[in-house]
Amino acid sequence: MRTGTDRVKRGMAEMQKGGVIMDVVNAEQAKIAEEAGAVAVMALERVPSDIRAAGGVARMADPRIIEEVINAVSIPVMAKARIGHIVEARVLEAMGVDYIDESEVLTPADEEYHLLKSDYTVPFVCGCRDLGEAARRIGEGASMLRTKGEPGTGNIVEAVRHIRKVNAQVRKVVSMNEDELMTEAKLLGAPYEILLEIKRLGRLPVVNFAAGGVATPADAALMMQLGSDGVFVGSGIFKSENPAKFARAIVEATTHYQDYKLIAELSKNLGTPMKGIEISSLAPEARMQERGW
Amino acid sequence: MTKIGVLALQGAVREHIQSLEACGVEAVAIKRTEQLDEVDGLILPGGESTTMRRLIDKYDFLNPLKEFVRTGKPMFGTCAGLILLAKNIVGYSEPHLGVMDVTVERNSFGRQVDSFEADLAIKDVAESFTAVFIRAPHIVEAGENVEVLSKHNGRIVAAREGQFLGCSFHPELTDDHRLTAYFVGMVEEAKQKQLA
Repeated sequence: MRTGTDRVKRGMAEMQKGGVIMDVVNAEQAKIAEEAGAVAVMALERVPSDIRAAGGVARMADPRIIEEVINAVSIPVMAKARIGHIVEARVLEAMGVDYIDESEVLTPADEEYHLLKSDYTVPFVCGCRDLGEAARRIGEGASMLRTKGEPGTGNIVEAVRHIRKVNAQVRKVVSMNEDELMTEAKLLGAPYEILLEIKRLGRLPVVNFAAGGVATPADAALMMQLGSDGVFVGSGIFKSENPAKFARAIVEATTHYQDYKLIAELSKNLGTPMKGIEISSLAPEARMQERGW
Repeated sequence: MTKIGVLALQGAVREHIQSLEACGVEAVAIKRTEQLDEVDGLILPGGESTTMRRLIDKYDFLNPLKEFVRTGKPMFGTCAGLILLAKNIVGYSEPHLGVMDVTVERNSFGRQVDSFEADLAIKDVAESFTAVFIRAPHIVEAGENVEVLSKHNGRIVAAREGQFLGCSFHPELTDDHRLTAYFVGMVEEAKQKQLA
């Protein structure tokens, strides 16, 4: 019997495909998410837009919140650790969290190194903006990726940029000759072996979800159409007027992302979505996507 | 040509489709109920059973799926799919499809950190088969007409009852297509019978 193998860790993310993972801050929200059909929940102390508003250092959530969420639902529970924070990650693993997000939404603990995720039994998801970043994270042992987007803004533009970039770079690698891959690895800052694997498979070796700015059912469907395997929704749901209805609408739009009549129906009377932020109004140091190396 | 559907509401659909194609049959991702008429057998894939059930209800799949069962066409449930098939689920008063005479327990091996790979002997399929268990259920009790195909540490992890095949693990996550081929065999046999 072998635990923590790549197949087991990556396989867990494969089971989430086509689904929505929702940020929750307590048991009650977790139940609403599960009831709405979320494939997993991310247990947090604050959603990204509140982290943004609060300022200061954002850390791993209070374990009591995570425990409360674990006890409330039967779907998998994810939680965030700071980039490079070995102990937060080990604590989350010890608590039985099903997936850890080494996340730029929290204030990084290490400005040079990420976690060696292959060392852990629990699987990890990491953010990426391009293939170099994606491949470095896979090289460190991430079993799932997500676009970074710009969390807590309710603005989809960055997530779109990131998924288009990653997918364009994957297509390029797949179409390249093998003798060109070493130079491409150098240019991308990507491990050569991971590029070889991408070429052999014709796609990324792990699941890639969309995250960072999904605020409406149409946003979720857009990300699916652009080739995401599923969607993370952070601040969007529980910052909307009717979270339960909103959550169901996002789930359905993700499943049937090409059924435009349905998306029109789902989008009716959802109330005001979260107020968005124009990215150019964010100072460079306020952009969470810049975190990660 | 034999055509087998994979219920495509959520979960590991692509992997099952590839596995079916590797077995030489046509595979169809089933997103709408009317597509069920065109296939000879159906796979209920792994994923989140709670999520799949929500979507089954939302898109009125429950009765069409039960109707599919009544035609005698085979169904294969893997992991979450097995939970959908089971007549009884430990801790729940109502089953989902409730068609296969087994009682299953969800997440019975623990949380994700306890997920594992193990080599199993599967009756009529393989002496050694690498099985990937992810937050897997297991069969606590099997009815008298259920044939147990495999056990892991004393727990039933694969079984067949007539037209139903169910397993706790994910055969679609490896390149070993022997269990899928066994199901294809069930489908082809059922198809021959209907033609005869």
